[in-house]
Amino acid sequence: MGRAKLPRKSTSIDMTAMCDVAFLLLSFFILTTKFKPSEAIAVTTPSSVAAKKAPKKNFVLVTIDKDGKVFLSIDDKNKRGDVIEYLNTYNQLGANVDKFKKADYIGASFAQLKSFLDKPQEQRVGDQLPGIPCKDSTNNELVDWMRAVNSAYAGTKMDLLVKGDNLAKYPSFKGVITAFKKNDIQKFQIVTNPESAPIGSELYNRPNKGEGNQENN
Amino acid sequence: MAELDTSGGGHKKGPGVKKGKKLSTRVDLTPMVDLGFLLITFFIFTTTMSQPTAMKLNLPDDKVKPEEQNKAKESGALTILMGADNHIYYYEGQLKPDASNFKSASYNGENSIRDVIMNKKKSVRSMAQDPNDPEHDLVVVIKPSQYCTYKNVIDILDEMSINLVKKYALVDIFDAEEQLIKISDTQKP
Repeated sequence: MGRAKLPRKSTSIDMTAMCDVAFLLLSFFILTTKFKPSEAIAVTTPSSVAAKKAPKKNFVLVTIDKDGKVFLSIDDKNKRGDVIEYLNTYNQLGANVDKFKKADYIGASFAQLKSFLDKPQEQRVGDQLPGIPCKDSTNNELVDWMRAVNSAYAGTKMDLLVKGDNLAKYPSFKGVITAFKKNDIQKFQIVTNPESAPIGSELYNRPNKGEGNQENN
Repeated sequence: MAELDTSGGGHKKGPGVKKGKKLSTRVDLTPMVDLGFLLITFFIFTTTMSQPTAMKLNLPDDKVKPEEQNKAKESGALTILMGADNHIYYYEGQLKPDASNFKSASYNGENSIRDVIMNKKKSVRSMAQDPNDPEHDLVVVIKPSQYCTYKNVIDILDEMSINLVKKYALVDIFDAEEQLIKISDTQKP
């Protein structure tokens, strides 16, 4: 009795297709990843449970680096022009408007602003810059900057962000807050890294969890 | 067939031709696939994780006259003070002249500030007169000293949203309290 012989099937699987898919996905993710733009001011932000995404454009950002130095950047180039024209008029700065428009961030006192703007972009690196003086309550130049920003944004919505380094000391943050308060700016946002609510905490147990601190607005 | 066959065609050698030892020319693709997926996972995680979030903070108006400002009830007040090197202190109600209610806590782990806030919340709730708003009297006053870091301040503000504290205030520290923190900081490791 001859048994019908089943043809022996190979047990190895063709991986070529899988390999193709894997590398297709890989190239997709590599191309879509946006690496953080190399920032001249290195800042590691603290984390919070806030779930709201930070605005990406048309913001006014106050950065505090790890030494407590304060920098100001305005995203909108037209607003930059308004700001410097305001300061040129009211504070007699005499700064070059075109150069100011090109500067991505400001990190010098009014007295040093001219030499700051004359420096080429590559040489404006965070740790060598003096920052905007604001720790001292008698010489808080950020107050003047914020007044100019306020007037430039008068009537329109302004996304004011504060981005601070973990190691920055409190007095510089306080100086920033004071500058905001003096200009009647009561609302601002703090840039943080996302973090999930700790298990067992009240926020975690709340029915609509994951909303972050939206409620505390 | 998890390999690439690169032995071009089945060319048969004639009789008498000495057969060289046939080396396998197939390439095993499995490690390559492994590596591919490893990189994929890496890129998937880096794309979604690096988006920064924004925490909202509203400041009180300083120009409001003192008599119009909200007064905190002593029974519902909790003051948190931050010192150097991640030290944190708190007191309930008002600081006694002998500083006997000035206690120390930590950011996380044992005796964490979260537990302190939760306990305070519980005691406020138990004393509440209005059942509709049992946490009405709870006010957390945050007083950062000049020695604490930005991260400490944000951590505590975050703690407010974690514990759903509705009323909190970032207030300037008094000199006496700053002295107390300085002394306590030096006593700590």
